[in-house]
Formats: sequence, C-alpha cells, structure tokens
Amino acid sequence: MSVLETKMERPPDWNRPTDLQPHGENELLEVSMGPHHPSTHGVFRMDVTLDGERIIRLKPVFGYLHRNHEKLGEGQTYLASMPYTDRLDYFCSLTNNWAYALAVEKLAGIEVPERAQYLRVILAELTRAQNHASSVGFLIQDMGASGTPLMYAFKEREKILDLFESLTGSRMMCNYMRFGGCRVDATPAWLDQTRKVVAGIPAFADEFEALLCENEILMARTQGIGILRPELAVNAGVTGPLLRASGVDYDIRKVDQYGIYDRFDFKVPLGDRWDVYDRFMIRLLELRQSLRILEQALKDIPGGPVMDPKAKIRGFRPKPGEVYGRIEAPKGELGFYLISDGSPNPYRYRVRPPSLINLTILEEMCIGHNVADIVLILGSVDIVLGEVDR
Amino acid sequence: MKTVEEIKAAIEAAVPDAAVEVVSNPSPSGQHSLRLAPARALEVAKFLRDDPELTFDFLSNVTGVDWPDKEVSERVKVTRQVTKVVDGVEQTVEESAEETRKRVEPGFLEVVYHLYSVAKKHGPVVLRMRTVNRTNAVELPSLTPIWRSAEFQEREIFDLFGIVFTGHPDLRRILMWEGFKDYPMRRDYVEPDDFEYEPTAHDEVLKRAQEHRNREQATPAAKERPPGAPAGNGETREQGLIAE
Repeated sequence: MSVLETKMERPPDWNRPTDLQPHGENELLEVSMGPHHPSTHGVFRMDVTLDGERIIRLKPVFGYLHRNHEKLGEGQTYLASMPYTDRLDYFCSLTNNWAYALAVEKLAGIEVPERAQYLRVILAELTRAQNHASSVGFLIQDMGASGTPLMYAFKEREKILDLFESLTGSRMMCNYMRFGGCRVDATPAWLDQTRKVVAGIPAFADEFEALLCENEILMARTQGIGILRPELAVNAGVTGPLLRASGVDYDIRKVDQYGIYDRFDFKVPLGDRWDVYDRFMIRLLELRQSLRILEQALKDIPGGPVMDPKAKIRGFRPKPGEVYGRIEAPKGELGFYLISDGSPNPYRYRVRPPSLINLTILEEMCIGHNVADIVLILGSVDIVLGEVDR
Repeated sequence: MKTVEEIKAAIEAAVPDAAVEVVSNPSPSGQHSLRLAPARALEVAKFLRDDPELTFDFLSNVTGVDWPDKEVSERVKVTRQVTKVVDGVEQTVEESAEETRKRVEPGFLEVVYHLYSVAKKHGPVVLRMRTVNRTNAVELPSLTPIWRSAEFQEREIFDLFGIVFTGHPDLRRILMWEGFKDYPMRRDYVEPDDFEYEPTAHDEVLKRAQEHRNREQATPAAKERPPGAPAGNGETREQGLIAE
C-alpha cells in the first residue's frame, strides 16, 4: 500500500499512454496482429504501429464474438440467464455462476445454506486452481515452449474437470449454482475424490515451479517487461492477479468477504517488480493459497440442504430495485449489475467483464517494447474472448 | 464508510453548486445512488477521487440504462362546472368526477458508475447521470480523464446505447463495427431482417431474408448498404500513420 499512499504530482494527461516519437527516418510499419493469431487466445486483433521492432502505438480491436449477451439477458427470466453465464469466461464457468447467483441473491434478499456456501467455495477454488495453472501453461506456450508445459498444466486441469463433470454433469458448461444454493448435492465419494485430487496438486505445483521458475530463457524474456505502475493499475480498473502483481493489496475475497471467505486462513501474494514475471509467479502462489482454502473447506464442510427451502424457482420475481454484486473471479473482479422492475425478466442486466477492463492498459504496458513481447504481455493479462466480447 | 447522505453533504461543501440528489433503492441490497448534474460532474468526480477521507480511486463498473418514453395513465379527480336543469331552472352546479388522463413521461438515457476505494477498502458508491432526451441531446461529460477504467466502458455505452461522451479521448465503436448505424442495447431496437443469423438458417429466418430481398428489388432506388454490412477495416487506415 505504501506506493499508493505517496501522493504524486500528476500532469494533466498522466493516465494516458505515453506518445512515443519515431527515431530518425525509419519508415513506420503498421501490423495487424490477429484476429487469427495463435497467441491471441481467440479472435482478437491488435493494430500495432512499429518503428523497427519497437512498438509506438497499439490499439486492441475486438467484438468478433459479440453476441450481445446483455440484451439476451434482458429478454429472458433471471434463471434462464444462468447457463449463458457459463459462456462468458468458458474456462471458469463456476465462478461466473457464483457471481450471477450472488447478485440476484443480494437483489432479492435470499439466504444460502451452509453446505451450499462450502460447496461454492470448493468449486470456485478448484476453478481458480485450474485457471491459474493453465494460464501459466499458455504463457509459456506463447514464449515458444510449444506443447509440453501446457500439457503438464492440462493434465492437472483434466483431473479437476473430471470432478466438475461428475458433480454437475458437464466439464466446462457447468450451470451449477441456483439462487439460494446449488443444483445438486455432492456425494461423500465425490468429496473423497476431491480430497485426493487436492492432495496431488502441490506435487504438480512444485514440479511446475522447478521446471520453469529458474529457467534462464523465461527469466530473460519476462523480467522487466510490461511494467504496470500500481497507481495506473488502480486508476485503470485493473483487477485480479494483474493488479496484485503490481503490488496492490486488493483481493475481493478479503475486502468484501462474500460467501464465507472470512472463515478461511489464506494470504494474498503481492508482486514487487510489477512485470510479466511477477504476474506469472503471483498465479503460481495464488494456486497454492487456493489449495490452503480447499483443504480447510473440505475438512469443515457440514451436512444439510444445498438449497434454501424458501427460495422460489418458478415464478421468480424480485421486488423493484437494483444491485451490483461482485466476486473475485480468477481473471479479476467479475460483477453483475441488475435492475428489477418487478417483472420475471431483469430490466437491465449488465456484466462487468474483468478481461475487457484489464485490456484498457494493454497499450500502456506494450509501448516501447519489442514486437515479440506483445505476445507475452497479452498472455500475462490472461483474457478469454468469450468474456471480452460478450 | 460514510452514508450516501454524508457523501452528498461532503460534495456540496466542496463543489457548492453541484446539485446532487440521492436516489433511493428499495431492494434489500440498499445500494442507494447519487444523481449528478452533468455540468459539474467532472469536478464532483475529481473531488470523490482526491478527497483524503473518501479516496474513491477505483471506478469498477460503468454502464448505461435506457428509459424510453413512458405513457402513464392516472386517474385524476376533477371538479367541473356543469349546467343542469334543476327543478325546472337552469343552474350551474359543481360536480366532481374521476377522469383517466394520459400523459407521456419523456424518456432519457442514463449512465451508472460504481466506485470503490482500493486505498480505504470501502464502497460502492453509485453515481448516475441523465441525458436530456434520447434523440438529439445525448451528450454527457466523460469521466475517463479522472478514471482511466471508464475508457473502454464508455466506448461500449456509446456503441450500444448511443450516449456521446464529451471529452473522451477515443470515442469509437468498440464491439460493433465501424459503419454500423443503430444502437442495439436500446429498448426499441429492431434487429435487421436481412441477415441469416443462424449457422444453418431455415424457416422463419430464410423467409424474412427473402421478404427483405423482395422489398429491395421492388424499390431499387432505396437500395443502400444495409446497416449490417462491414465498412472494411476502416479505423486504422483512416487515421493513417502517425508519421504522416
């Protein structure tokens, strides 16, 4: 926090990208990276202006997957939007479900039973673990270590997806949470299997770290690249591991203590160099913290119902009003803003997509670096285009 | 954290003619909001960010809401003078009756900002601003100079709702393509009938597309590029290279 407390004298344009001027008489080159570039993690384009190898200007262009998710949400009932939220960030459907359920529960004042709260925490942390493992895998893949490290991460992700499948019926499109609880209960066998999988992840994390973290090429490629100052990060609305890698202590699990996160003992890792390497390390450290939460939750999970018996599923009409509910999704702050006019459909349904807002400072991070570093910096932001474009 | 009323008082102390109103929220969430007058919004926003006690340094969410013209019918008690024949003599008598009156409440577009504080770890504070109407006076001041996170979100609102943010550094369409004409998130948006939006379009969709083609052939003069047609990869080419 010390960085934020020091008051800087701000020039009028302090939160705009620096305008780099080209050297000498070199001709400028405009490159359109994407939309079908293997490193863009989907259909995403960057219009880059280069002076030799140096990036002078970069404008992200997206919307290729735009389907107006928000309009769809306004045209159907509250519950009917639940499976659509799976398709936002399709790596982390369970946290999307939770964010939406949390917003509606706040809007209508619904209580969630104990056991459902624990199940939600377990599933959200499993989601975070697999997202962070594979996003690190993708980052290394982007660096040119084709295949192997990513498959190491995917091997672990597959075990977690198997758990999701046996509980919810689907590997990725889980559609599991309901307003006032969860759809089905977990069996003791499922919990045992989860304990086994969780017990196996630390060994994977050690192996992954040993393989990568002291790798000379990785260090040379990522250290000092894509520096994001904490002041700008906060001002630009950056959230999630990207913000914490810039040294800002802000984790919504700690700040809002939604659900039952006040009961668990875990730490918030912070970066001190604010570069790509820090973001990569923060994800590995957060993975270990998720495991700590998982161990505690799996030990303490009580019995009981997983749905509030008073929760209304058919004919659900919340009273007029509005709400903004948010959670700490693996990519950052995922929020839902809902306005109810008393009808079965929301009057306004808005998703605050962390991936989109984290892209605001992509240009800032890339300017002055070489063109090959764009791929790494974008990888360290960790975007999913289903959520950016909505 | 201070309550909405206390924040309102603090704003009024700092920006005397701010004209802030509290908008209450009946839902159990209890997130009440503050409506700002667009004229002084930038100063209020700057105060909220820089005040040492409030320090709302993190603008989380920006969104638009469309409130179209609303026809309100209400029953009003009216007293009117009626000429009546009472006991064979014409008299003017006051009579009260109920009448249904219809009036149109003009619509407007609204922007909603959700602020949090990273330094103080409190929030949210909800700010709202209204445009004058939905057609020709849709300008609102952009808060991007205060919070950079509004940049893409205000562009999105411009794109989908058609609110024009004055002072925004780069106001272009963001999700729809350059050259798209309408604003899809408005409540009265009608989707074009000339594209076959399903991967395997059939029945109703094909029928609509065919009807559209028939109409176009019947009136060739009215042939224009449909609103859905891409304008080519325009935006960077138009701006040109920096060096030029």
